Amino acid sequence: MADKEQRPGEKIPLAQAFFDNIFLLMVLGIAVPVIFYTIWGLFEIASIPVGK
Amino acid sequence: MEAVFRTCAQTGLKVDRQAERLIKVHAVAGVFAILFGGIAAVLVLLTRWPAVHLLDPTSFYRALTFHGINMLIFWIIFFEIAVLYFAGPIVLSCRLAWPRLGWAGFGLMVAGALLINIAILAGRADVMMTSYAPLQAVSYFYLGWILFAVGALIGVCNFFASLVVARSERTYEGSIPLVTFGAATAGIIAVFTLAHGAIIYIPTWLWSLGIIANIDPGIYRLVWWGLGHASQQINVAAMVSIWYLLATLTVGATPINEKVCRSAFLLYILFINLASAHHLLVDPQLSPAWKIWNTSYGMYLAVLASMIHGMTVPASIEVAQRRKGLTKGLFEWLAKAPWGNPGFAGMALSLVLFGFIGGITGVTFGAEQINIISHNTLRITGHFHATVVAGTTIAFMALTYYVLPLIFRRYVISQKLATLQIYLFATGMIIFIGGMTTAGSYAIPRRYWDVQFATSQFQPPVEAAAFLFLGIMGVGGLFALAGGALYVLLTVGTVLFGRRVPDTPGAVPLAALPQDKGQHVPISGTLVLVFVFLASFIIYYFLNWKWLADIWLVK
Amino acid sequence: MSLQPLTGIWWKKVDSSEKVWLGIALVWCLILFAMMPLWHLKGGQNPSFNTFRTTPADFMKKVEAFVEAGPKVAEDKGLPVIAPDPQKEVYMLGRLWQWYPALKLKKGQTYRLHLSSMDLVHGFSLFPLNLNFMVLPGYEYVLTITPTTTGEVFVVCNEFCGIGHHQMVGKITVE
Repeated sequence: MADKEQRPGEKIPLAQAFFDNIFLLMVLGIAVPVIFYTIWGLFEIASIPVGK
Repeated sequence: MEAVFRTCAQTGLKVDRQAERLIKVHAVAGVFAILFGGIAAVLVLLTRWPAVHLLDPTSFYRALTFHGINMLIFWIIFFEIAVLYFAGPIVLSCRLAWPRLGWAGFGLMVAGALLINIAILAGRADVMMTSYAPLQAVSYFYLGWILFAVGALIGVCNFFASLVVARSERTYEGSIPLVTFGAATAGIIAVFTLAHGAIIYIPTWLWSLGIIANIDPGIYRLVWWGLGHASQQINVAAMVSIWYLLATLTVGATPINEKVCRSAFLLYILFINLASAHHLLVDPQLSPAWKIWNTSYGMYLAVLASMIHGMTVPASIEVAQRRKGLTKGLFEWLAKAPWGNPGFAGMALSLVLFGFIGGITGVTFGAEQINIISHNTLRITGHFHATVVAGTTIAFMALTYYVLPLIFRRYVISQKLATLQIYLFATGMIIFIGGMTTAGSYAIPRRYWDVQFATSQFQPPVEAAAFLFLGIMGVGGLFALAGGALYVLLTVGTVLFGRRVPDTPGAVPLAALPQDKGQHVPISGTLVLVFVFLASFIIYYFLNWKWLADIWLVK
Repeated sequence: MSLQPLTGIWWKKVDSSEKVWLGIALVWCLILFAMMPLWHLKGGQNPSFNTFRTTPADFMKKVEAFVEAGPKVAEDKGLPVIAPDPQKEVYMLGRLWQWYPALKLKKGQTYRLHLSSMDLVHGFSLFPLNLNFMVLPGYEYVLTITPTTTGEVFVVCNEFCGIGHHQMVGKITVE
């Protein structure tokens, strides 16, 4: 149920269509943490210098 | 395999019988897991309660490993896959995309769980749930994790495939319901979680077989927590979806603004997994920049999402109740809510306890520096018992009292006992968590056999107050365990002996949707509650910075 | 309601009472975020990133050199008690199931404490102060500490490391 019934030919707002695209959301939901948590983290660990 | 349906007389939904069977078996497996985890909990509790100190060290550490994995992984994830099978094909009235694969996934999860539990009970996996390398378990322990993760991933994919089926076969129009959207959020988090499980357990398994020489402990911890913490974030999304679902079923609530609710779920999708960093804040191998960005879920945007749901769920209840005429003062809508309905009481308690205790302690201990006075103490275990047990588990218990009549189609054997069960469990958990978390602020360690240090190289003096709080933890734990045992008894008793629900509309009481006469309904009561929450948050948070400032300087 | 598909356009205006909460919650989130960098600038307790790769053998050499150099001021439960010069580097290792050596420090002095493990992951927990860090094999973690209280403080291992985990307690005395 929604506030406004869609009239024929009326466009769905882009934001609403974005939310309807579950697979796009999935791609983003995996890419963001993989980049910031996993890849960045592995990069930091790899760059730890050897002790003297 | 041709899809076979039944039409639910209570909701009008078209129910794919295979999906329904899969819900049942996953729910049953979950209840077995909470039973096993609960038995282990009794043993662990009675050992950590210094006055009792029941088990010897080996048995304690073994029981603790068993308790952790059965509760945090098996109970929770079996139940969540059941929720996905409901929120996908059943809510959308479509056929299950891959029935045979669904059964294969379930089989893998059961096989994995058996391998893990057998390894632990055989004494070959005294490594805690986290199994931090270089600690090493027998190789089939790791194989068990891989099988379980793959099986769960199959269940998750079956859910997403069913969304595609529903869309292409046009079994619904417009956007998927909020409950399904929330479940999809949980499913997306699950993909990240289970992928990290595979990435860490495959090499670790090979290492345990002698095929790989070393596992770097710093890398292990980073990748493992991508599985470990993220698996608990699946819970958060599933729990919140269940709050919306129960609000609808118990009082006929409707989300007040779908844009707000779905945007909050989007913030979960994008940012909630970053906070796996919570476990690495006092580790040597990562920088403050990495720690701060990730522990904050990206500037706390995922916390904002939780604070949004913490307002929209009660607000939707307030609006529904006010529409029924309960408009007196600020809180008549709340006072006259169906507190005798275990579905409602559980949802409400889950929300309040998750928010006030789990959420506040989580964000606080998850601040990079405050973690210095929290990490590996009982403060951490107190926090996550508030989120996973008082939060997620109570929500799952509350939902069970609808799953039983609607899916198993049996009336709960005692509605009164079901209500008692929720309140007993919640009360016990509040006392348990209070005792445990406060003991932790005396630096009492987690995963520790003897806080009297009787056999240690040195005997640190322990303040009497710490023992008092451990005792309180013990008493609260016993009440909670009674509540947990009652849950298992009621569910098993209902499935075996419950009176069958007739196939007539109205046989299961579901709240009617109150009339929306288009007038603006205030949410003043909810706003008072969320401001009380915020005040509590601010006070507890800054108190902790003060406590941090009192310890030695360190950088 | 939450179980029904949404037809039509549901992307609509947000009510002002909700906007108030959204705005306040967002401000609180930004305050939460700002506290952490702020404490790095103004606060006295921060996890460092002074970390180096090492091996148990290499780290053991450094610990033994440190213990050799001393001065050793006592023995406690079989452990040498070293009272290091704050100008020099201080070393402590964790191993199954012991923290070695014991230390005697001076209140108000700053020490660079090097920590590593000989075998498994251990938890360095100063009890009952409540100061907690992780100690990993292969990683040398340098914490710059300044004791602000006197008396005995114990090094409790709070990361499970096997059957002797709860016996692994070391000691730092501050005068």
